[in-house]
Parts: sequence; structure tokens; C-alpha cells
Amino acid sequence: MSDARSQILDRIRTATGGAAAPPESRREYRHHDERSHAERVELFCERVGDYQAEVKRVHRDQLRAAIRNALKRHQAKRVAIPASFPQAWLSPSVEFIHDQGLTARELDGFDAVVTGCSVAIAETGTIVTTGGQYEGRRLLSLVPDLHICIVSESQIVGLVPEALAQVQLLVSRQRRPLTFISGPSATSDIELERVEGVHGPRKLVVLVVGEENP
Amino acid sequence: MKGPTESFPVAANRELGNAQLRSNLGNATSTIRAKRARVVEELPDWEALRDAGSAIKADVLANLDTYLLQFEQALTAAGATVHWARDGAEACAVVAEVARAHGADEVVKVKSLTTDEIELNATLAAQGIHALETDFAELILQLDGDWSSHILVPAIHRNRTEIRDLFQRTIAPDITSDEPGVLAEAARVYLRERFLNAKVGVSGANFGVAETGTLCVVESEGNGRMCTTLPPVLVSIIGIEKLVPSFADLEVFLQLLPRSSTGERMNPYTSLWTGVTEGDGPQELHVVLLDNGRTRVLEDEVGRQALHCIRCSACLNVCPVYSRTGGHAYGSVYPGPIGAILTPQLIGIENAPSLPFASSLCGACYEVCPVKIDIPRVLLHLREKSVDAVGGRTERAAMSGVGWVFGRAWRLRLAQRIGRVLQRPFVRDGVIRRLPPPLSAWTDSRDLRPIAPAHPSDENSGNDDE
Repeated sequence: MSDARSQILDRIRTATGGAAAPPESRREYRHHDERSHAERVELFCERVGDYQAEVKRVHRDQLRAAIRNALKRHQAKRVAIPASFPQAWLSPSVEFIHDQGLTARELDGFDAVVTGCSVAIAETGTIVTTGGQYEGRRLLSLVPDLHICIVSESQIVGLVPEALAQVQLLVSRQRRPLTFISGPSATSDIELERVEGVHGPRKLVVLVVGEENP
Repeated sequence: MKGPTESFPVAANRELGNAQLRSNLGNATSTIRAKRARVVEELPDWEALRDAGSAIKADVLANLDTYLLQFEQALTAAGATVHWARDGAEACAVVAEVARAHGADEVVKVKSLTTDEIELNATLAAQGIHALETDFAELILQLDGDWSSHILVPAIHRNRTEIRDLFQRTIAPDITSDEPGVLAEAARVYLRERFLNAKVGVSGANFGVAETGTLCVVESEGNGRMCTTLPPVLVSIIGIEKLVPSFADLEVFLQLLPRSSTGERMNPYTSLWTGVTEGDGPQELHVVLLDNGRTRVLEDEVGRQALHCIRCSACLNVCPVYSRTGGHAYGSVYPGPIGAILTPQLIGIENAPSLPFASSLCGACYEVCPVKIDIPRVLLHLREKSVDAVGGRTERAAMSGVGWVFGRAWRLRLAQRIGRVLQRPFVRDGVIRRLPPPLSAWTDSRDLRPIAPAHPSDENSGNDDE
């Protein structure tokens, strides 16, 4: 294969050799959101809602009950959580199972998963997970049909560039895998009619937690 | 990559006879067009993002060798195996070899134009390996031996009852309803088992980050996440032009792509992975860097901007020609305006001489292109090359294109509308004194009366199917 490698590189050098240097990349787009914290949180909730996800704002003290209620509302009984999920969020009346290396097939037997996130983007209604301790492995938030995601207000940034700046080091230093989630899985492949839920979770519940970082 | 087997006017004429195609396509393109306009309007810095996207891509092409080596190094350090493929056959051979090494007679696939371009599925099938398409529309087409008519919604030419009947014959014998939700559920059930059993996943990539070795797949359904996280082995095939220099560059394209493509603020799922992550996702990652004609495109200083393309399909949806003929008329994996400039360059102009004429040069494609590819300029450039390459044959093809344009009243109205836009830069005091070459040969010796301003009723009817 090294043959193909040197030949492709040679072709590139021949093709681009002597060409004028392209103009410097201009970056005149917005890098910092000018909204107030309250506006940003409001916008995030609105935009997540636009994707037909359920959004609920809760005070930190109500989080445990809010998780339990959401699971109950969706009749979810077997619930997966990341290996090091905070005990304080877990209601004793629900069967939570920590992910200690669950297989995809095992996870397929679960009704729901509860995770946190690393950062959220108001303008696009996006949640970013990075495999952190409250987020777990990628397949956790993929295989079960209901994903309940906890977003702290303090994690919400305004713009896409602000979110990428926050996770950049996790990628360049730790090579963490990222998943951007904007609403439930969806398709518009048949006559352009939107259907929520094809292969990923068909239901996404976002609990936006106020005041302090949980 | 296969080129068109017939000239564009011939194929377009046939496709125009397909009433269902025209109606579905008309609805789809106008709906997506409106959605796109709404979400683009929302961003005050859209033009700045386009400028940045265009500049980043120009930088990538100018320094492609450096970025590819950097990408290779970062990937290798992250535990991936990097393969270089001069053409489709070499890329397919890598996938086949990996599948064989793991005893897999089936691989699960993310929708990928690049793998369509290299005819991966047919090549694997010939070696006894089934490449299962997992995108909903691609699955529909695969089950029916059909092929894509639109980059983004490949099965848009099929109706729900046809799809239900197809599913009855294939994956869901008991299905009775033709509700899209029910059909999607059938695909979910059918594919879930296949995902859980898959040994090898195959994906393309929307972007590759040279600095970090990160690969990025942008999608909606979750099948991309399934294919890139569940199988223990993953092969990702990426065109060499899909790189961006740094991780931060993604902040530009992750804004440009979804808004231009599906008209959403963000697509449901974007996956980014950097080599192999212990305990999470595939533990063996192969990355194939694919040339397959791209270095040939790079040689052409005017035409190389076609390599900026991020496959959003915005140019398809605004194109007056595409929105009537559909994708099949282009006879290539890449349809629409971008296909008309990309395909002839990838496979050689002599193999697709009529494609650069498959356009009315109205300029709408350039206006919506998120990375500012000047498609009309490249079309004109390639028309010249087409004439040089095959001479009279092309002129005849072009002339039959003219015949096609003037064949019906609405087409003429459309052509006039387009002409009005195009002539703007050249009209001075109500007269065209000088046109750019080759038309300057005409205006050198005479003034030209511009096309008259439109009557309001013309403007409306120009866009209608009579």
C-alpha cells in the first residue's frame, strides 16, 4: 500500500505545486453569545422542544423526582445508567442498573437510559456527550428506546463554536468520542413526512436543572 | 465510478415523462428549499460562515499533502490502521480483506456517497460479502434493486404504498399499514437484530480532522451511530478532500451543513471519534484514504473548487433543471449542479461530455452553496473542455439541450428569467455592449438588447409545472 501512498502524494504535489497560496481563512462569524444566561436557557429549551423532545426545567432538589416521574410517564422499568452515576439522583423505587460493560444485546432489553452531558448548545438545541463519568459509553444513549438526559443550566452555551471550544481538549488530549444529540432519532425518507425514532431512541426527555451544577 | 451511459438530454427527456417522480421531487425540493431559507435567515453571520468554509477548504486543497500526512500520523497514534487507495478497487479490497479476516459475510453500512461512488456493495457481493444498507431510504432502494434520485432523500421518488408493498415482499410480510411511522418501525425491528450481530461496520465520513485524526459522521436516524459504535471492527472510507485542518474548523461546517442540507438547525446525531477508545465502540479501526480521480480534479485550477463540496444537496433543491428531471437523469452517483461539475472531472470529461450542459446557468446553486463553489463558472469552463475533448459530439449534445430548454413554454420562460439574472452585470444603459468570452465574439461587433424585464405573471408561472 505504500506504493499507493507515495503515488497519491506525488499526484497532489504535482497538481498543487506552484499554485498561489490561498487567502488567509477569515473567521468573522460569531464566537461569543451575547444573550443573558436566562435568555440562553430559555432558547435552549425552546429549540430542544422544536425537535419534538420533551423538555422540563427542574430545580436541583427536584431532579430525583423528575427522573422518576419521567420514567413512570413512559412506563420504563429497566433503566440503565453510566457506571459512576451519582447516587443522589437515583430514586429507590426504580430498578437502575449500572453499566459495568453491558453488551449491546443486553442493553436492547432495557426500557430507558439516564445520562448527563458535557455541554449543550442553545442556538441549535444540541446536547454534547463526551463519554464522561455521567455520560458513559456511546452505546448507552443509543440502544434503549428512551433517553433521559440531564442538562445543568450552567452547561448551556449559546453557540456551536463555544461548545467546540469546551470539548476540544477532551478530543486532542484524551481522544474522547463525542456525540452531538439534537432531538430524538428521526427520518423524513418517506414522502418527506417526519417520523421520530428509527434506530436511536424514539423518545428524548431533557431535564434542565437550575441553579447549581449537579 | 460509472459514468452516464446516455447523454443528459436523452435521460432527462425520459425522466420528465415520469409524473410521480416529477410531483414527488417538486414537493420535496420546494419543501426543503423553504426550510433551508428559514434556518439560514436565522443566522446573522451566515455569509461569514460561508466565507470561512470556503477559505478553509481552499487551504485544505492547497496543502493537501501536508494535511493528509498529519491525519495519517494522528490516526496511527490513536490506534487506527491507515490505508491509501488510488482507486475504488483498492478501497473495496481493503473492506473485503477486513471482512474476511473477521469471518464476516455481512457488513453493516452507513449511508455513504463515497462507497456508492466506488461501487462497494457490488464488489463485496461478488466476493460473497453482503453490504447491508442501514439508512432507511437506502435500505428501501437496496431491497428493490433501485438507486438513489437525491443525495439527501434517496427514495424520494417512491410513495408510501409502494414501500409498504416492497416491505411485504421482503422484510415484513405481515405489514398492512403504509403509515411512515409503521414502515420505519418495520425497518427498525429488521435492522436491530442485524446491528446486534454485526462484526464489521463500514462508514464514509463527512469530515476528517488532520490535527487530531478525528472522523465525523453527520446523520439523522441513528443507524450511523449503530454502525460506528456496535460492531467490534469499523472501516471508514474518506475521500482525501474531506479533511479540515483543525478540530475548531468543525465549528464552521457543523453550522453550514445541517442548515444547508435538511434545513434543520442541527441534524439529530453527529458522531466524532478519534481512533480506538478502550471499552467504548470498535476496538479495530481501519481508515481508507481514497483518491479515485480527486487528484485529477485538483489539477484543474478552476475546477478544483468542486472538491470543496460537503454533500449538502442545497444546489439540487434550488436547481430548476434538477427539480424537474431528478437525479437519475444525471446517470451518476452525484446528481444536480454539483454532479454536473464533479462527475465529469472525476471520471474524465470525455466520459460525461453532456453533463456540463445539464444546467441553465441560473446561478441559484452558487447562491446557496455553503462553501461558495462557483458552479456556473466551473460549468462554463467544463463546457469549453468538453468541446475540446469530443468536439462535434458535445455540440450536438448541447444543442439537443437547447432543444430541450425551448421544448415547452415554461422552459423558455425559465430560460428568460435566468437570462435576466445573468445579464445584469453586463447591462449598461439598457444595452449589453460586451459579454464575457466566448460570447464576446458576438458583442465585439454589435450591441445586444437585453431580455425584457419580466411581467409579474411570468415570474410566477416560470416556476410552475404547467
